[in-house]
Amino acid sequence: MSAPPKLLTIGVTGLNAHDNPGPGVAVIRSLREFYRDGLRIVGLAYESLEPGIYMGDMVDVAYQVPYPSTGSAALLERLAEINGQEQLDVIIPNFDSELFNFIKISAQMAKMGIKTCLPTHAQLAARDKINLGDFGTRYHFKVPAFYMLNSVHDIDTAAEGLNYPLVIKGKFYEAQIVNNRETAQKAFYDLSAKWGLPVIAQQYISGTEINVAGLGDGKGNAVSVVPMRKLYITDKGKAWAGITIEDNDLIALGRQFAAASQWKGGFELEIMKDANGDLYVLEVNPRFPAWVYLTVAAGQNQPAALVQLALGNEVKPFKNYQAGKMFIRYSWDEVVDIGSFQQFSAFGRMANTNNNKGQA
Amino acid sequence: MKIKSNIATSGNGFIFNPATGDSFSGNAIASEILAAMNRGETDEHIKADILDKYDVRPDQLEQDWEDWLVQLRAANLLEA
Amino acid sequence: MQKLKYERPFIKKLNAGVMNKFATGNQSNPVTEIDGVPVKKLITEHGSPLFVLSEKKIRRNYRAALRAFDTRYPKVQFAWSYKTNYLNAVCNVFHQEGSWGEVVSGFEYQKAIKNGVPGNQIIFNGPGKKPEELLLAVQNDSLIHIDHFNELYTLIAICAGLSQKPRVAIRVNMDTGTYPLWDRFGFNYENGEAWSAIGKIIASGKLQLVGLHCHIGTFILNVSAYEKATTKMCDLAMRCKTDLNNPIQYLDMGGGFPSTNTLKGAYLPGIDTVPSIDDFAEAITTTILNFGFKQTELPLLILESGRLLIDDAGYLLGTVIANKRLSDGRRALVMDFGVNTLFTSFWYDHQVSPAQEFNPHLEPMTLYGPLCMNIDTIRENVNLPLLNAGDQVVVHKVGAYNMTQWMQFITYRPGVVMIAETGRVELIRSPETLEYVEAMENQVQYSK
Repeated sequence: MSAPPKLLTIGVTGLNAHDNPGPGVAVIRSLREFYRDGLRIVGLAYESLEPGIYMGDMVDVAYQVPYPSTGSAALLERLAEINGQEQLDVIIPNFDSELFNFIKISAQMAKMGIKTCLPTHAQLAARDKINLGDFGTRYHFKVPAFYMLNSVHDIDTAAEGLNYPLVIKGKFYEAQIVNNRETAQKAFYDLSAKWGLPVIAQQYISGTEINVAGLGDGKGNAVSVVPMRKLYITDKGKAWAGITIEDNDLIALGRQFAAASQWKGGFELEIMKDANGDLYVLEVNPRFPAWVYLTVAAGQNQPAALVQLALGNEVKPFKNYQAGKMFIRYSWDEVVDIGSFQQFSAFGRMANTNNNKGQA
Repeated sequence: MKIKSNIATSGNGFIFNPATGDSFSGNAIASEILAAMNRGETDEHIKADILDKYDVRPDQLEQDWEDWLVQLRAANLLEA
Repeated sequence: MQKLKYERPFIKKLNAGVMNKFATGNQSNPVTEIDGVPVKKLITEHGSPLFVLSEKKIRRNYRAALRAFDTRYPKVQFAWSYKTNYLNAVCNVFHQEGSWGEVVSGFEYQKAIKNGVPGNQIIFNGPGKKPEELLLAVQNDSLIHIDHFNELYTLIAICAGLSQKPRVAIRVNMDTGTYPLWDRFGFNYENGEAWSAIGKIIASGKLQLVGLHCHIGTFILNVSAYEKATTKMCDLAMRCKTDLNNPIQYLDMGGGFPSTNTLKGAYLPGIDTVPSIDDFAEAITTTILNFGFKQTELPLLILESGRLLIDDAGYLLGTVIANKRLSDGRRALVMDFGVNTLFTSFWYDHQVSPAQEFNPHLEPMTLYGPLCMNIDTIRENVNLPLLNAGDQVVVHKVGAYNMTQWMQFITYRPGVVMIAETGRVELIRSPETLEYVEAMENQVQYSK
């Protein structure tokens, strides 16, 4: 790949770089590394406190967009308005919960000249937590055995089949490891109240947690597959430090996923490697992980390759990456003037003029 | 009613309460009223000015004034 | 001097709270007319609140649904689900379009007969049919869908003295991967109960088993559930032919198709996520067509769709009684309709639009009804512009289940108008009066 001469304008969501971070800022950092001065980043944020908005060396201008729950029509209307100002070339959505809408309006976005690289609704649904069992069977992946819990009584059936400990998971988010019936019931009530039914009881698998960041071209090829072993995990289960590893089984698994699902766009496989070396797919995230910049450091710039795919350019699969590249995440207090916050909160738009890229 | 003396109002409608750290935005008439309150004008005087200047019935303004005070109180902008 | 345009003064706190991916918005434009008739005029002439039905929309919905099925499958019949909306004016639009009647009680059965539906085009469903109602249905040659063994034996007993062999089907319940499982209705497929009921019907010699019926749930968002249900129904039908030499004439797949309303607790709005009727039609018809029936022996496909055909053809007009602020500073509106009138607000986040021009500043607020009860909440949290007492609103997609489940509680049920295709406004149900409500009460003779 070689950087194009023209200035590219790319919209990026997921600027919530906090303790349970969205991937937006990491995606931008990756793109900046590749496109250098030929890039204008339009941040798209739901909340006025998403840190990325105020990071002047990352985001040139930020716009507020309506919550996913407002529906795709409102999103399309807002994007049309933003596009009128910014002439966007590509948008990279980075939140699970917004993908449904972005996929829904991708054809209209294309008509406005905005390109995307996204999976289909069917692909998005197939990897959903509640469909993961079927997904594993269909594509021959090992997934942990699980039961759907539609009432608290179903816990006993699940425990008989799987034995304690169990992982009790909410339909959308959150998981708790439980060791007996009482804690399982409590988890069931907690998670069903928060996320609705069904709740999922999953077989607990102990082993090494490994994540794989990948990019599928929609034709069955994995353009890039980079595995990372978690070295430090926060209480929210997020990797705070990790290291790229060399493991052909993991690479093969990533490729098999792209081939079987014909996945288009970024993805992350959450994997548990048990004592026998068997790889269990715990979850499939339909977008890049927050640690995606590590793929750049290891030699495979996945976000830049995604932009090339979105633009319709031929992208050859990457061959090598460097094992042993580490990331250690840290927190940083960005200091901003209240005027910027007021500007974004009240008008839904804020241009970062204090950066030195010459694109105010 | 008096608003707190340290409330900062800016030309483009922003209000900042340095004591609490809260920011607010308002419409043009809200800025106008706040400015008048800042100058220490009385409620009656401000209302009379509005009736003079804007197309509004006195009973409507009276209702909205009540609601305005509730908003200022909820925002912690009024002098106790 | 010309005075300036007035706007109520307001300030809005700039959001600095924790990030919340789940706040809901409601981008709203004023809805000043329905099918070309001004909302103001409707309320002036017929009062507030007022239900409004669009004949044009009903017919359009019906034709779209019929087209989704009959372009894919040769033999299709719709039966109007009376319980969804049994105002005669509504039923008769569906009957005119060719719909049979689907009823679940003696009361609804009588309504269908009075509406002129031929007895042999009435499907009698439900777990609570009384012996005299069954007898009437037998005499009228209606299709009786048996719900449980007690009903089966009652029916056999009724037929003991008759020469007529009633046409029956059994209601089948099954696991289609959706929750909750509606196993309280009909006979279970998986445990063999349905097959055993079929055997008893044939063995009795008193009944003709002509159909199989299922109704897997309500507001089903999952197309594959219908695929599974259709497969199981086809399997039963095939076995009736091959094992019992009793070919099945029709499969009644029931209803349960969702409208585009947004269920409470749903994250994305219904308008984006609800599959289209074409998706459901494709799943059901391809399953039957591919199951292996001979072309000449394909069963008639009956559908009992209700909500999908009427929900978005219904509007509720209402008026703001008061606007107030709650103790925490949040705004609330008191409307002249509550959960008594808009029963479906218990499970939907209904879209509410102002019926007049408004200023563009939206505020989160709660909408309450006028009942003196804490449960009377129409919307917990909705972004709307400031509305004043006397302002009018339009609630969308209220055509299904409200005009049958509404409650006469501390006030009268409102009137219902239908805007005809011609644009004429017909009052199809008058607002209730004191005389109407007291008509069934009797005087008591007290001792002192």
